[in-house]
Amino acid sequence: MEFKDYYKVMGVARDATEAQIKQAYRKLARKYHPDVSKEPDAEARFKEVGEAYEVLKSPEKRAAYDHLGSGPRPGEDFRPPPDFGSGFEFSGAGPSGGGADYSEFFESLFGRAGAGGARGGRRHFDTGRGEDHHAKIMLDLDAALSGGSRSFTLRVPELDADGRLAMHERVLNVQIPKGILPGQTIRLAGQGSRGHEAAGQPAAAGDLYIEVEFQPHSLYRIDGRDLYLDLPVAPWEAALGASVKTPTPGGVVDLKIPAGSHAGTKLRLKGRGMPASPAGDFYVVLQIALPPASDEKARTAYRAMSEAMPFNPRASLGV
Amino acid sequence: MSLPDKPHLTGEIFDESSALSLNDLTRMFAVDEQRVVEWVEEGVISVIEVDGAHWRISGTQLRRARIALRLERDLGVNPAGVALALQLLEELQRFRRERASGRS
Repeated sequence: MEFKDYYKVMGVARDATEAQIKQAYRKLARKYHPDVSKEPDAEARFKEVGEAYEVLKSPEKRAAYDHLGSGPRPGEDFRPPPDFGSGFEFSGAGPSGGGADYSEFFESLFGRAGAGGARGGRRHFDTGRGEDHHAKIMLDLDAALSGGSRSFTLRVPELDADGRLAMHERVLNVQIPKGILPGQTIRLAGQGSRGHEAAGQPAAAGDLYIEVEFQPHSLYRIDGRDLYLDLPVAPWEAALGASVKTPTPGGVVDLKIPAGSHAGTKLRLKGRGMPASPAGDFYVVLQIALPPASDEKARTAYRAMSEAMPFNPRASLGV
Repeated sequence: MSLPDKPHLTGEIFDESSALSLNDLTRMFAVDEQRVVEWVEEGVISVIEVDGAHWRISGTQLRRARIALRLERDLGVNPAGVALALQLLEELQRFRRERASGRS
């Protein structure tokens, strides 16, 4: 198992004060928070930072961690000493960032119970109804276009019989409604926590709310219910007009490029965007691709063009 | 991948056509009414219809509420700060979209 240098993760010195640690955490959390960050590995970094803060902000956990020394050299295998944590008392403070999903290193030191209780969901004592759960899934655009069943694995923190927090994996087969859009929520009734029996009466289970986000697609961008495609065209296709093959979610179509088009011209195919209700539109954004002047024939053609058409592309710059 | 022995779950979508009550939100996010009222007052979420004490909140607002909860928990941002962050995120997203469409 890999030793984690929590001080290095946080970018603070080993003798940093609590205030300095909190400041470093806030700064890194703002940088990598999945809701605000565009860093490619934001989610993983955010979890790492949350875990480091979980240890360093707690005087007991930090003291126990410091007791390990600086650990083996980076990349060397780490085994927690058998007496780890003896003589230290841990109080279970709730996890701050990243939920209760910790690294193997963290769990080997503090156990899963070291993370404290799961996010305190309010129980519905009046009815005994189970708590609602929340999860997020990343969906392929293709799945949303066609609908159909998809299988997802969720990691769920649950208290076991001894009241210790344990993660277990749960596989769900979810019917994806055709035309679902990013940011929408699917409610799966009765898939949250079990109900708490009240006065001998069985109580209803909570619901599971699934937040849907999309993986980036290789061809299309999604904006609301509309889809965008950048379509490269040759200069003569844009200038003279043409009919060109274009991929769309419904299959390849022949698209008419009007004469006199330019880079950035947007062509709309009504109703060919997301199959939501009402359906979105499909936009083709033209990009002019230049043929390379790689041989004498091509260079001759370019020279002929410059002679036939006196053209100053910089006229708008006044030069 | 799908497992034949698992039931296929069909859910209900929340979008602009779903109207949620104040109670629905407090239950979904395990927060008290005061919190939802504060979100509305600070502009984190908007209410589509106020009929006396009955509020109707569009399903599209759930994402904003969820982000609010996470930013409050992870970054210590208050509801006014969340509203500002959401507004700036929207502007950033619009900017990125325009740049991607070559209209910059």
